[in-house]
Amino acid sequence: MYGFEPSEEQKMLIDAIQRYTTNDLRPAAHDADEGGFFSEDLIEKGWELGILQASLPEDYGGFGEYSAVTGVLAAEELAHGDLAGGIAVLTPGLYAMPIFLAGTEQQKESLLPAVIEAEWKPYTAALIEPRFDFDPNDLKTEAIEFGDVYLLSGEKVFVPYADQAEAYIIYAKLDDATQGFIVEADAEGVEVGKRQAMMGVNALPLHKIKLDKVHVPMENKLGGQSSIDFEKILSSFRIATASLGVGLARAAFEYSRDYAKDRDVFGVKVAQKQAIAFMLAEMATEIEAIRLLTWEAAWMIDEGKEEAAKYAYLAQTGAMDMAMMVTDRAVQILGGHGYIREHPVEMWMRCGRGIASFTGLAMV
Amino acid sequence: MIEFETPKPIVKQQYLLQTVAEEMMRPHSRYFDEHEHEIPWDYINFMHQAMQAVGAGSLAPASGNGDKEKEPDDKKKKYPPIGYQSLAFMLEMLSWGDVGIYLVTPGGSLGAAAVEATGTPEQKKKFLARFQAEEPAFGAMAMTEPQCGSDTSAIRTSAVLDEETNEWVLNGEKIFVTAGKISLEDSDGLVVIWATIDPSAGRAGMRPFVVEAGTPGVSVTKLEHKMGIRASDTASIVLQDARVPFENLLGSPEIPKKETKGFKGAMATFDATRPLVAATGIGVSRATLELLKELLAQQGVKIRYGLPRQKLTSVERDVIDMEIMLESAWLMVIKAVWLADNRKPNSLEASMSKVRGGDIVTKITQKALEIMGPIGYTRDHLLEKWFRDAKITDIYEGTGQINRLVVARNILGYRGEQLR
Ligand SMILES: Cc1cc2nc3c(=O)[nH]c(=O)nc-3n(C[C@H](O)[C@H](O)[C@H](O)COP(=O)(O)OP(=O)(O)OC[C@H]3O[C@@H](n4cnc5c(N)ncnc54)[C@H](O)[C@@H]3O)c2cc1C
Repeated sequence: MYGFEPSEEQKMLIDAIQRYTTNDLRPAAHDADEGGFFSEDLIEKGWELGILQASLPEDYGGFGEYSAVTGVLAAEELAHGDLAGGIAVLTPGLYAMPIFLAGTEQQKESLLPAVIEAEWKPYTAALIEPRFDFDPNDLKTEAIEFGDVYLLSGEKVFVPYADQAEAYIIYAKLDDATQGFIVEADAEGVEVGKRQAMMGVNALPLHKIKLDKVHVPMENKLGGQSSIDFEKILSSFRIATASLGVGLARAAFEYSRDYAKDRDVFGVKVAQKQAIAFMLAEMATEIEAIRLLTWEAAWMIDEGKEEAAKYAYLAQTGAMDMAMMVTDRAVQILGGHGYIREHPVEMWMRCGRGIASFTGLAMV
Repeated sequence: MIEFETPKPIVKQQYLLQTVAEEMMRPHSRYFDEHEHEIPWDYINFMHQAMQAVGAGSLAPASGNGDKEKEPDDKKKKYPPIGYQSLAFMLEMLSWGDVGIYLVTPGGSLGAAAVEATGTPEQKKKFLARFQAEEPAFGAMAMTEPQCGSDTSAIRTSAVLDEETNEWVLNGEKIFVTAGKISLEDSDGLVVIWATIDPSAGRAGMRPFVVEAGTPGVSVTKLEHKMGIRASDTASIVLQDARVPFENLLGSPEIPKKETKGFKGAMATFDATRPLVAATGIGVSRATLELLKELLAQQGVKIRYGLPRQKLTSVERDVIDMEIMLESAWLMVIKAVWLADNRKPNSLEASMSKVRGGDIVTKITQKALEIMGPIGYTRDHLLEKWFRDAKITDIYEGTGQINRLVVARNILGYRGEQLR
């Protein structure tokens, strides 16, 4: 059966997120981008929407059950408010989600409640590495067995809130496969570098970290003795990126559409110029295309379909071009006004390019 | 003859300008990007002195460049006119250095260009002299208003003649004036303000007025915060009963019955300046492509030219596509300015070059960032800055859409009323 309407419960969640993004997140986005941070209250308020909490069962401190479809709906809605803010709200999921998806029962029981039952805390993760052709399935950060510990060495970038992290999941290559490691914030050998200056998502603190023979006890390898199926985790990263891209693009599309319907040019509205109307039509079409692809991939994940990983990859890859195209055009449609920081479209365009490199910054 | 040899004087000029770009611009790119509204005086003073030394006071296309009559006889014999061509090369190189800093090059820039395009010989002499003076001076051109940009015929700023004093009284608000503040407040510069002397006459009533620094009733009310080109000030200018002498109206105050002469003046300016704006986009594109190739080479990626596309990697294909875009767009700029130098109509080619220039610089900078992944997205390199600088190329001096419209009208033989 096919269906394209969110469930009642999903609708309620979307409504709640929309209230938050409309009243709180979006109005704060510009100053946060210029100033470089969000207030803790704002992020806490987003956390209290319970997006992560509702996707984990009671046994681990949550109050719902995992659904990738609900996850992409929520991520899209958050990014529609603001990309940096959306990622910030979702950050503890970077730690909790892999533990939930791939951790041992013992890891879940001992680690998840502390994250889920508390206020928002910067539990985070480190996946991305400073390489132009960074490939999550071919990490340069390595883990080697050394007596009764693993030693992690390498370099990571784009690690959210690394400087104030409670704990990390750090991904490294072990026996030719990507594996996750639960690492304490004060573990020896973890050197948090200075905050990275970025083109976009300036409100989100992202750091480099250096790992120099970081000792990780055997039991802190995600999944314990057995190696984990990283593909499952990666798919969750991928659909999160895709849905963030969709939400961001929707914001840019809606703003430029409304502007075009309001602004006069040559005696008509800008939107009545076919060149602009067609641009908007194409933007809407692109967004819809990638949105459906993302939903399908999420659904496949929930259903445990074999092809889920491939579709998650397709959705994420498609989202790169879609987000760039839509946000670029939004600036163009505002003309000179689009280039001015008073309007949010230029910020969205800077974020739009980021979608190509942000797989690893959010999970759903 | 069909040939593609860069004229010798231009080769020489480029050699010097590259040093300027490398020494005076690149090392300061990041600083002026991060310190919006600070003025790069070191660059300005250096350029002013250098330009004085070679006798090129004004950046205006026709001033001592391209204006056949003004060139010494022996020069005329050796070279066909290349004024616009050298200017295009110059702007390309300076924008390769830093397009934001380039925009505060002293000399009259768009203001002087408007004086050149629409003024009488006496007016040119009078108003452009300041650009040869001891201190650097700047010029700006103010057309855009809050309610209209592309639709220049909808401007509301008015000029009314006070017959008693024989002065024009200007009222209105201009926005997005490049170098508006540095022209009016930080130097003895000028702004060419487009205003209507007869609102009922539409385009025919539009006239350019020279408003000099220090004119009472003229104030800079706002400086924009922008995505890129942050070294360049983008100002709002309010005119409140600002009085300028009668002679500050460029061209003729008569309103011809049929022609839309005032408007044509504006359009003539654009035919001259559009390829030059495209040239700035080429500079940014070339800077981006060079750095991209350098960074890729450091990672051991070599671009294998000569292979069928089917055998290329996706990165190779992207880079090769960029080279196609860059070289072809540059040729379109050169053709448009070559036509201008040879006093042939170039409206079609000028707009085509602007369409292509605006397109390729956004595509190349966007793709370069994507290719460099997490490295490209940070401020560790200038790639991300060039991405932000690039976008304006497709917006000012006629948006991509407006220039497509000009091209379309030209190739279809439609007048404005037939295709809008
Ligand atoms: C940094 C910067 C510097 C600038 N410098 C100067 C300067 O020095 N002097 C000056 O006078 N101005 C300057 N401008 C203004 C610039 O030229 C205008 O912004 C530009 O012409 C577009 O006008 P607008 O912003 O009002 O957009 P609008 O005219 O409102 O256009 C909105 C959208 O509609 C599209 N559109 C308009 N008409 C049509 C049509 N007929 N068919 C199809 N699409 C159409 C446009 O392409 C655009 O996408 C500057 C702007 C910026 C941002």
